[in-house]
Amino acid sequence: MSARDDILRGVRQALAGVSPAVEVPAAPRVPDRGDLVALFVERVEDYRAVVTRCAPDEVDQVVRDVLGSARAVVPPDLGLDLPGAVVDDVFTATELDAYDAVVTRAAVGIAETGTVVLDHQPDQGRRAITLVPDLHVCVVDGGQVVADVPDAIALLDPARPLTWISGPSATSDIELDRVEGVHGPRTLHVVLVG
Amino acid sequence: MSGTFVGMPAFPTAAREALGDTQLRRNLAHATHVIRDKRAKVVAEVEDWEELRLAGAGVKEAALRDLATHLETLEASLVRAGATVHWARDAEEACAIVAQVTKAHGVDEVVKVKSMATAEIGLNEALEAEGIAAWETDLAELIVQLGDDLPSHILVPAIHRNRAEIREIFLRRMGDVGRPAPVDLTDEPAVLAAAARAHLREKFLRAKVAVSGANFAVAETGTLVVVESEGNGRMCLTLPEVLISVVGIEKVVATWADLDPLLRLLPRSSTGERMNPYTSTWSGVTPGDGPQEVHVVLLDNGRTRALADDVGRQALRCIRCSACLNVCPVYERVGGHAYGSVYPGPIGAILNPLLHGVSDEQTASLPYASSLCGACFEVCPVRIDIPSVLVDQRAAVVDSHRGDRVPKAEAVAMKAAAWAFSDSRRLAWAEKASGLGGRLLRRFGRTTLPGGRAAAGRLPGPAAGWTGARDLPAPPEESFRDWWDRTDGGRDGGAR
Ligand code: SF4
Repeated sequence: MSARDDILRGVRQALAGVSPAVEVPAAPRVPDRGDLVALFVERVEDYRAVVTRCAPDEVDQVVRDVLGSARAVVPPDLGLDLPGAVVDDVFTATELDAYDAVVTRAAVGIAETGTVVLDHQPDQGRRAITLVPDLHVCVVDGGQVVADVPDAIALLDPARPLTWISGPSATSDIELDRVEGVHGPRTLHVVLVG
Repeated sequence: MSGTFVGMPAFPTAAREALGDTQLRRNLAHATHVIRDKRAKVVAEVEDWEELRLAGAGVKEAALRDLATHLETLEASLVRAGATVHWARDAEEACAIVAQVTKAHGVDEVVKVKSMATAEIGLNEALEAEGIAAWETDLAELIVQLGDDLPSHILVPAIHRNRAEIREIFLRRMGDVGRPAPVDLTDEPAVLAAAARAHLREKFLRAKVAVSGANFAVAETGTLVVVESEGNGRMCLTLPEVLISVVGIEKVVATWADLDPLLRLLPRSSTGERMNPYTSTWSGVTPGDGPQEVHVVLLDNGRTRALADDVGRQALRCIRCSACLNVCPVYERVGGHAYGSVYPGPIGAILNPLLHGVSDEQTASLPYASSLCGACFEVCPVRIDIPSVLVDQRAAVVDSHRGDRVPKAEAVAMKAAAWAFSDSRRLAWAEKASGLGGRLLRRFGRTTLPGGRAAAGRLPGPAAGWTGARDLPAPPEESFRDWWDRTDGGRDGGAR
């Protein structure tokens, strides 16, 4: 008998006489927290990420200022005017390693947890580009911010690869001292529009 | 390569050795208290934490009770999404599958994301025997691997090492396996982390094959989920051409929406954060993004055995948050190594016997590694009633020795306990008697526990084997019950 059939048979035998019907209580909702965008900003900053709020017509300039002279890679449909930024041309990991920064949009922001979620559409690019450079500038629209995790899950498409980002990469593995930045971007800069 | 737990002495012996290691005890006490406080703070922030726990437990329990259906659905969804699904009855089969896929690509190394399942099956050692180097990329796992060491905590596996030791390990060993540590390496955590970043980046950039586990697997969509902090997970899941994920069959949940309570419960319970820095989800292959060849190995290795246990089945709900370790008074004192398994602490004390049975002495000693104080159940995000399962597993150990000519000390102790607990007057009497014994032992006992507290020496008779390895703390002269009676529950001040 194949391992597959063996395991499935074993599982069925183990559960013989056990009713599969379990009442699963609905997960509770967070109470109304008022201004979601303000909460989102506060919680993102709690992770020691940097947040800049600006008006829609200021985004290009704000991002240019954040980048300074950093060499930036950007996804194909970013939609910002950033002189000198290079559009991802399916670079290898080693090629990406030569860039200091990446600028992307996001799919959803979660206020309760201070999380940005990328679903890697063309305005966010392949997963690799937001991983190898050391600075990630992420432009989030105020309208993309939802209250909590269940709202995000309802909006996101599981068929797409997703990256949930809550602050910069971090470790507490050495004597529980928190260190920002191990393998992912050591700096996360969220630009909140609106 | 890091060592294995095979051949570890039984819990009592290993615990006695660990109790003498003050560095380990100090580090562990510090770690468990820091994480415990952080957890309490972010849990208190959630108004309906109890309802959230009920929802999380419900989602996992429902998935387990109809596991065969969900596994078939998961397989179909994964195949539809372009993944190759393998099934492994045990550790050996799982390791063989990973080795075979790796070799098919003509490479002799893989990068790894920290995963309990691959540690459980001893994958690194199995791959090494096949001439394949498995590089651990989690900072703590790297420290453990370079130090030829064993992990001591699910969440912070290198917590038994201090910064000076880590610096020394990096300086001595990094050069043997890749980019050496800089000669001016200091013992600042940020400097040590930067050395690990540089050392591992070289490996990430060239790796063709990565191996991961998964925190959750969604049947309906074929989605795997990895929850992490450092970004090494993202590196492994994104950069290589081939990804092999070893997933215990109990990781399945039915629907995408089922992830909601779990993704809220896990980070708060685990690292004490509202959300961990990175969570990655993927469903098979995404053309043009990430690994273009995706394998999933569905692992049994004792899980169907645990599933058949009506009391113990709930242990399979475990989401490996490690909250139960951090509140356990026994774990805090003896540390992770004494359990002789990749699953230490309260969850290890039930999971190991459930997965593998209690026929060997090491596993059979684990259900006794607890004072049954109940703190583990209180913090468990999926409401696993660990104390009840412990008691049930103790009965299983006693049952397995029923035919022995000389009763096992544990069996004797448990029989006596059952006799005493069955009648409250007898219990009062037994407490008084042991208080008397305690007074005598304090006078004549020759050993002292590391904290300077008097320890009971070896007890005579059938209990000798038990105390011989355990350094039983001397019972207090006055039992809690006597103290309560005498002081009216402490209202009298209780001075004596
Ligand atoms: S048993 Fe519960 S508390 Fe312990 S690791 Fe598992 S989920 Fe966490």
